[in-house]
Amino acid sequence: MIVHLRQPRREVDVRGGRPARAVLNELGLAAEGHIVICNGTLVPSDTVLAEGDQVEIRPVVSGG
Amino acid sequence: MSKCRSCREPAVIDLPRHNANFCAEHFIQLCLRQMRRAIEDFSMFGPSDRLLVAVSGGKDSLALWDMLHMEGYSADGLYVGLGIGEYSDESGRIVRQFAAERGLVLQEIDLRNEYGFDIPTASRATRRVPCSACGLSKRHLFDDAAKRGGYDVLVTGHNLDDEAAVLFGNTLRWDVEYLRRQSPVLPAGGGFGRKAKPLVRLTEREMAAWCVVRGIDYVIEECPMAIGNRHLAYKEALAGIERSSPGVTASFFLGYLDRMAPLLAAAVEHDDPVPCRRCGAPTSAEGEDCAFCRLATTSSSHDPVPVRVVLDRRGRKAFDEQWGVPEGESDG
Repeated sequence: MIVHLRQPRREVDVRGGRPARAVLNELGLAAEGHIVICNGTLVPSDTVLAEGDQVEIRPVVSGG
Repeated sequence: MSKCRSCREPAVIDLPRHNANFCAEHFIQLCLRQMRRAIEDFSMFGPSDRLLVAVSGGKDSLALWDMLHMEGYSADGLYVGLGIGEYSDESGRIVRQFAAERGLVLQEIDLRNEYGFDIPTASRATRRVPCSACGLSKRHLFDDAAKRGGYDVLVTGHNLDDEAAVLFGNTLRWDVEYLRRQSPVLPAGGGFGRKAKPLVRLTEREMAAWCVVRGIDYVIEECPMAIGNRHLAYKEALAGIERSSPGVTASFFLGYLDRMAPLLAAAVEHDDPVPCRRCGAPTSAEGEDCAFCRLATTSSSHDPVPVRVVLDRRGRKAFDEQWGVPEGESDG
């Protein structure tokens, strides 16, 4: 499953078929500091992300 | 799959600090309720007031403008072009698109065109850290634009995490004067206009989620000049505590406003500001230029400095990954 990450923009290939929270953990990203968008829809962290889903993980922390 | 606490439909977001999940519709209602409560609790403004919203192109200010518009307020936008390379170019494009799609009035100020400098140049010319030069310039220009435009209140998108991080930093330094001044609403006085922060009961994760749910395009990447700043370090520290104690950030900041701020309100004496001899804005130094005029004078006589040159190593790496290395500026 390809996950699109930001800051900087990049793509990583991770195993699907598990909750978004597990993917965040594997990528070392804190759930409180990110939102997960699956197939264009915001999803909570217990949503199971399937192989073939279009997944984007966005950071939410800004320092301005 | 988690369900919305209100309607049991599939949730789109989990909010540990509320120990609840929400669908899009009830999440929107929650956010609007929290904003209404902030506006009412702190007597920020009324339905007939003219508001000027400081918009940067980021999630918070665009979400705020959207929420105020939904609630029927008369709210124009103000965007300041800071000259931070491609980051500013993208910010400006996004803000203009947001305003145009909704038929909202957007005012713009371009630092380079109107004042002869930009933030990278000001940072180098005055030896201030970029966020300091930026904050000083924006505060001055926002105040000035609100006054000149006859607006009743200047509103900004500072959220709960922003305010908690500022409080945390001021507390670590026991900076009593800054602590005393930290409030979701600052009344007009001493030459300053009224200012309000209607998002102080909402987190930045909630504001990012608002933008996604409402289909708002915003600048997702961090300002390259802010990377590694102290404010982010405070946020990181608070996020670590929030992780194990959901809701602690809100109780830290809102508890301060409820129980500590009243005790500090009368504790510090301060001098009344006097007008800047150059621009008339309030300043503490009688017969002298205000801090913005001093910064503008020094910076506008300095050769333009490209954004990448004033970044530290981390900022430059992030900038290059996001925007690419400009021709002729390679480190190698």
